[in-house]
Amino acid sequence: MSGVRVLVGTHKGAFILTSDERRKDWKVSGPHFAGWEVYHMNGSSADPNRLYASQSTGWFGQIIQRSDDGGQTWEPVGNKFAYDGVPGTHLWYDGTQHPWEFKRVWRLEPSPTDPDTVYAGVEDAALFKSTDGGQTWQELPGLREVKGNLWQPGAGGMCLHTILLDPRNAQRIFVAISAAGAFRTDDGGVTWLPINQGLKSPYELPEANVEVGHCVHNIAMHPSRPDVLFMQKHWDVMRSDNAGDLWHEVSGNLPSDFGFPIAVHAHEPNTIYVVPIKSDSEHFPPDGKLRVYRSRTGGDEWEALTNGLPQSDCYVNILRSAMAVDSLDSCGIYFGTTGGQVYASSDSGDSWMPIVSNLPAVLSVEVQTLP
Amino acid sequence: MIRVVLPHHLRTLAQVTSEVEVSVDGLATQGAVLDALESLYPMLRGTIRDHVTKQRRPFIRFFACGEDLSLEPNDSILPDAVIKGTEPFRIIGAMAGG
Repeated sequence: MSGVRVLVGTHKGAFILTSDERRKDWKVSGPHFAGWEVYHMNGSSADPNRLYASQSTGWFGQIIQRSDDGGQTWEPVGNKFAYDGVPGTHLWYDGTQHPWEFKRVWRLEPSPTDPDTVYAGVEDAALFKSTDGGQTWQELPGLREVKGNLWQPGAGGMCLHTILLDPRNAQRIFVAISAAGAFRTDDGGVTWLPINQGLKSPYELPEANVEVGHCVHNIAMHPSRPDVLFMQKHWDVMRSDNAGDLWHEVSGNLPSDFGFPIAVHAHEPNTIYVVPIKSDSEHFPPDGKLRVYRSRTGGDEWEALTNGLPQSDCYVNILRSAMAVDSLDSCGIYFGTTGGQVYASSDSGDSWMPIVSNLPAVLSVEVQTLP
Repeated sequence: MIRVVLPHHLRTLAQVTSEVEVSVDGLATQGAVLDALESLYPMLRGTIRDHVTKQRRPFIRFFACGEDLSLEPNDSILPDAVIKGTEPFRIIGAMAGG
């Protein structure tokens, strides 16, 4: 019998939520790493029992945990993230240059073919790779050579938060950084291109065609169509049909085009989901109504999904890594809130129910569809 | 043997339930005790001090015999009572934040 495993990272530990394919009755395991911030957990599609977790605190720094039994037991692996060579400097808030300093791992992205190969997106922004199951990490330094001296931290830190591995081309990787923008490599991470043409940030970046500096919050793709990318930017929902070479806005009739996560339906490459947030200074849903918006047209035309979601007095946020989909039929959609709820829909978003309601603030949600 | 008391989260990480004991070859300095501790419990590397610079992490403090040793140099000799094992070397998570 197939099932679903939802990996939830929170401000005070990790939780694993499991169900069979009906997705009605859930078992909750956790907290794992109680008291630590878990920015991200992710599973290997090559070996679903191989999980990686990023565990950190301001006191004790960064730990990477690995599980080989689906999260029942964990083993700490390598936590040495040393920038390649002389780390150099990036732009600081006061316009001066500031040394690159490792703070934490925001994103862990296992290879689709090898459970021992995993990428880590870190703050201060850089991409690391391990080929030994997380025991050792090496930076792919070419990324920071793309005008890294002009990258500047956003309010959440200068984090590399999104890693998309092209399932058709192992040499192609997309990453996104706040507040530097989106980048692509076509040679396995040796050299990188900024892919920010078409993004507009007139208040934050008055120069229209600036190559780096955009505050990209999240990007997503459907594995069957890896040249089509969807982006939730600080403001604006964007789409690219040529692997990021050019973006155009698809915010359409959204009540606000500010937000953090964006996700693609598992079986409908043109169906996408966002959660509008009121503004950059008021990080909660417009009008106190928690609404997921779905576009079945790849953007521009959006419908509100509200069945089962609170429609009054709701002032939570949904962070950039806190929405994911399963690949069952019908597609399941999951998201976590800063209020500690994890909502699930087992019908592509038509209706929702909370799986849990009182976790610590949710930082990330990933979903594994189990055979 | 030198007794070392770890803060709660590091005891959990190292999978120990109480204080631990380490032996030091040569001078019993603060740095030598931390080297021995990290050798015995490799998962603690990077959690007390930086991997490369060996600088104490900002919210970690070292105490022994009622004294704050956090600002002592890495090569400072530990108090006799710690070397003899009558007093532990305490690694503390600083009171900071919520």
